[in-house]
Amino acid sequence: MKIKTILMGAVVGLAAAPAFAERGSDGHVNIIYWQAPSTMNPYLSGGTKDIEAASLTLEPLARYDQDGAMVPYLAESVPTVENGGVTEDLTQITWVIKEGLLWSDGSPVTANDVVFTYEYCTAEGGGCAQGAKFVGIESVTAADDRTVVVKFEYPMPNPYQPFVGHESPIIQAAQFANCLGANAPTCTDANFMPIGTGPFVVTDFRVNDVIQFIANANYRDPAKPAFATATLKGGGDAMAAGRAVMETGEFDYAWNLQLAPDVIEELAAGGKGEPISGFGTLVERIEINLTNPSPDLPEGERSTVAHPHPYLSDPAVREAMSIAIDRDLLVEVGYGQAGRATCNLVPAPALYASDNTACLTQDLDRAKALLDAGGYVDTNGDGVRETPDGQPMTILYQTSTNAVRQDFQALIKEWWEEIGLSVELRNIDASVYFGGDPGSPDTFQRFYADVEMYANNFPGTDPQAYLSAYKCDQIPSPETQWQGENINRVCDPAYDAMITELGQTGELEARGALARAMNDYLTKDSNIIIPLVDRGRVSAKSNTLGGVVLNTWDSELWNAADWFRSE
Amino acid sequence: MLTYTIRRLLLAIPTLLFIALVIFLLLELSPGDPMAQMPMSIPPEVKERMREALGLDQPWWVRFYLWLYQFFVVEPQYWIDGLFGTDLAEGAQRIISFQSKSPVFDIIAERIPQTLWVVGMSYVVGVLIALPIGIASAYYQYSWFDQIGTFISMVGFSVPTFFTGVLLIVVFSVNLGWFPSIYDTTLVVDSWASLGQQIKQMAMPVFVLALYNAAQISRFMRASMLDNLGQDYVRTARAKGMREKVVVLRHVLRNSMIPVVTVIALGVPQVFGGAIITEQVFKVNGLGQLLILAVQGNDIPMVMTLTFIFAVLIVLFNLIADVLYGLLDPRIRYD
Amino acid sequence: MTDATLVKTPSQAREIWDQFRQHRGAMIGLAFLIFITLFVIIGPYLWDLDPTKSDIRNKNMRPFYIGMLFGEKWGWNHPLGSDNLGRDVLANLMYGGRISLAVGWTAMLLSLIIGTLVGVLAGYFKRLDGPLMRFTDLVLSLPLLPLLLVMMLLFRDALRAAFGPEFGIFLLIVTGIGITSWMNTARIVRGDVLTIKEREYVLAARSIGAPSRRIITRHLLPNVLSPIMVSATLGLATAIITESALSFLGLGFPSDFPTWGKLLFDSVDRMESFPERVIWPGLAISLTVLAVNYIGDGLRDALDPRIRGR
Repeated sequence: MKIKTILMGAVVGLAAAPAFAERGSDGHVNIIYWQAPSTMNPYLSGGTKDIEAASLTLEPLARYDQDGAMVPYLAESVPTVENGGVTEDLTQITWVIKEGLLWSDGSPVTANDVVFTYEYCTAEGGGCAQGAKFVGIESVTAADDRTVVVKFEYPMPNPYQPFVGHESPIIQAAQFANCLGANAPTCTDANFMPIGTGPFVVTDFRVNDVIQFIANANYRDPAKPAFATATLKGGGDAMAAGRAVMETGEFDYAWNLQLAPDVIEELAAGGKGEPISGFGTLVERIEINLTNPSPDLPEGERSTVAHPHPYLSDPAVREAMSIAIDRDLLVEVGYGQAGRATCNLVPAPALYASDNTACLTQDLDRAKALLDAGGYVDTNGDGVRETPDGQPMTILYQTSTNAVRQDFQALIKEWWEEIGLSVELRNIDASVYFGGDPGSPDTFQRFYADVEMYANNFPGTDPQAYLSAYKCDQIPSPETQWQGENINRVCDPAYDAMITELGQTGELEARGALARAMNDYLTKDSNIIIPLVDRGRVSAKSNTLGGVVLNTWDSELWNAADWFRSE
Repeated sequence: MLTYTIRRLLLAIPTLLFIALVIFLLLELSPGDPMAQMPMSIPPEVKERMREALGLDQPWWVRFYLWLYQFFVVEPQYWIDGLFGTDLAEGAQRIISFQSKSPVFDIIAERIPQTLWVVGMSYVVGVLIALPIGIASAYYQYSWFDQIGTFISMVGFSVPTFFTGVLLIVVFSVNLGWFPSIYDTTLVVDSWASLGQQIKQMAMPVFVLALYNAAQISRFMRASMLDNLGQDYVRTARAKGMREKVVVLRHVLRNSMIPVVTVIALGVPQVFGGAIITEQVFKVNGLGQLLILAVQGNDIPMVMTLTFIFAVLIVLFNLIADVLYGLLDPRIRYD
Repeated sequence: MTDATLVKTPSQAREIWDQFRQHRGAMIGLAFLIFITLFVIIGPYLWDLDPTKSDIRNKNMRPFYIGMLFGEKWGWNHPLGSDNLGRDVLANLMYGGRISLAVGWTAMLLSLIIGTLVGVLAGYFKRLDGPLMRFTDLVLSLPLLPLLLVMMLLFRDALRAAFGPEFGIFLLIVTGIGITSWMNTARIVRGDVLTIKEREYVLAARSIGAPSRRIITRHLLPNVLSPIMVSATLGLATAIITESALSFLGLGFPSDFPTWGKLLFDSVDRMESFPERVIWPGLAISLTVLAVNYIGDGLRDALDPRIRGR
């Protein structure tokens, strides 16, 4: 894998070696994001579009490469226990910043900027979107101009949370000094035109529309970036973005083309560009509601642990529903090259991915047999099975509004109807569905449906926080204003114990084994979560744009400094 | 008429305040959350703190009062400061968008040029072609001209812009390569060459919108002309030996303008409401795109400010229409 | 006299029909409307394929005429082709037409009735003018999307419980479109009523003591008929298209209910490879609107005694 990547990189490098001549020699590059960025400050917005746009200007100490391996950016090297950067008890990590590093305004980057970044995100009343990155930190201090020491309150098996990855880049202390806490929104200029260390500097920022950049004159590699100027246009839809790169050639790079595979193929036939794809940890899945969402229950008791679901709480029913699905067909219809059928909640990295493939073959007969054996038979001849106590098995299946998801709904509905369930579909506007409004009955947390479908992933390469979502105390309920990540309302002390253990285990192999066991608990063993597709990322690049390496573990624009124009 | 106008203007103030309250309550009641567009990997506690930073932990009446104060006191102060270099505002908090954490009015100002170029221009073009077509269609009723006009306008109106827009892009951008498929909002028109570029990038969206506007207005113009052409006074005027041109363009047209004035006046505020789908198809990123993104992102200050400005224009232009009725037909009296 | 009337004796109805029949466009329009209505009502009984049933092996089939001419994949099991999941285009057009036509007509009539009522009342009764027109201003300025979201929130579950998921959502959509699209009609009708009520014949009718109700139904309404007809045709098109925009936003029918607007919307991405998928629903919407427009023209002519006499 590694060798192949290096070889491919070498080939690309050979083919276009002369293009690297000097900074700014390749003119202008046009990038299109069909979701328009609304700020350049990733601490004020957690939106992917905003964080990725900001990654052209702001950089972290270290980030992940296309294989999920960590590479130092502003830091000299990645600290580990072996090289002494991380203490044996995992409570302290020491970063050393590269020598001679300058901000785009010419001032030197110091350890104080890193300390300030921590203060900025943890300031009271600032509503920092990346707060989760800075949990459990006791102190961040500057040992000298280039050395930062992060002390944790308890052992951190994964100490690479703060200042690593595109979500928590370093901001300049001088520029944001007056923007702490509640003052954050008053610093419009700083939020829109941050001084950074990245290859490009903002010259014009228009909210939700377009951002213009010029090359950073103080960038650490004097030969980069190859482009003198850059434009990042936002807005429209994925189709139009793909068209602008692959059919008309107006743009050089289009981000995240969520389109059906045959549509992408059609666009690629335009010949001006090509789609590129890569896989991360994003899994499209069906979540099963273990509690009863029936509207007949009084408000406040619907979808709460007080009432278990009449039949979905039976593992046999869930297994039947899982094996009734033809995942390969779903991939073919919805994602093509950019999808893989999966039975896992954690599909990658290899260390954490379980070898669970049992669900991949559709088996309608076994599904029917499972239901028959459980006493779920059609007693009144209407084509729909009833539970042993006579309740018809009618499933309300909700998801957000999105063309591919609606195709999935249609297909899965058919398979489930074939095994004798009745299915009602509902699609909800994404801004309501993914919102946390406690007053809305349609949020995915409130889960007033029997099953629901969406995709989720975890930042970086460590699934600990992701798997902790299924702890008992994470169950959304009226008492918690329907907040909480345990969507299925699963509660098992044995699972909670595994999470606690994972939090105390530093050794990688042991962590992997634990994480795989937890993944299997949620999927293979109980089918509480029915994973469908491991979703890759598809973007498009122009034929004349070189140096692009699609990265699903970090920002797609992570190596924009290396991009160049090839003829 | 003057007293009527003044009375209506005074009455507009409580009306608008009431409208503001209703819009605010509607947004308040509407399900949705500014955090909906954050990735799911951000934990709920962090989202809760982000909500607090936006002031969402305050009760609605506090936030409504704050918005009113900012809209009617703070923003005008900044405006005056900007004009005269004074410092009335003294750094008071302006209306801040939830999404970008920047002043709402700055963003609106950024959007005005492309909205006027594209949506405004298409409205003007639409009205200018609709009126003669409507008049001619009525005068030569059931002629070839009328039949073709009817056909084009009904098809133009009934085929949605999400289809016609994409069709135009496929034909003129992808296959012929005449026009860009993406509107460049940063283009500055300062030379003949850049004007040419501007016209090129405007051509398709303006065509789509103008067709839609013209279809609607020409239908009303035609119907109203037909009604009046059959009236007794037309026969009288002709019998008196007036020239046909005078009869049609002075007498009939003037009497036929009332429904048309209504429709045109209703359409002007829509220009500022933007054209949501057309803007999205051609990536114009005008006020329509701003509004829809704000609605989807539950950016309450932005939606509130945009819809309120929209409400002011509606009240204003409906008043203008009412005044025009009186000028067109002096028999209409409101007092 | 300009006094047209809607009260029809048998001979008058006959006369109107005779006049209507003279109008060639109106007759063609009527014929098409009857055809399309039969197509969507009776069609599914003759062509009884389930529109939501996918048939992956037969996906992306072309219509028979393209298949015959260019030798691409086609078959009589899907005469107008099938979509990317193998769902039958013909069956979808029929079922989609049912919903689109039902939504279009109901929402249009609802908005027409509210609009005309508000317009006539505001134009005729001076006391009502202010309040009704300020109310119109209010509704005009409400943002549509949050309004519909709130309606969904408040009424969806209640309607679903009372009328079932399909009819419940139908009522919600029709009401939603109806109550957000009557304002233009109201202002146009009011404007016309304002001038017509000052005309001599209305003044004459009032001076001989005719009650307001009679003046409105016999003198005002017939004379504002033509803008109402135009509003009706435009309203039908708007309602059908708005419904598709709502489905697109997740506020409309569940995704397994085809409508013409949604068929059109879903097919735009594949317009270049499969033009038939946009042409058929697009044509169905346009021709229906065109037919209604011509019928409106014919009806207006037939109801106008000045023309009828000629």
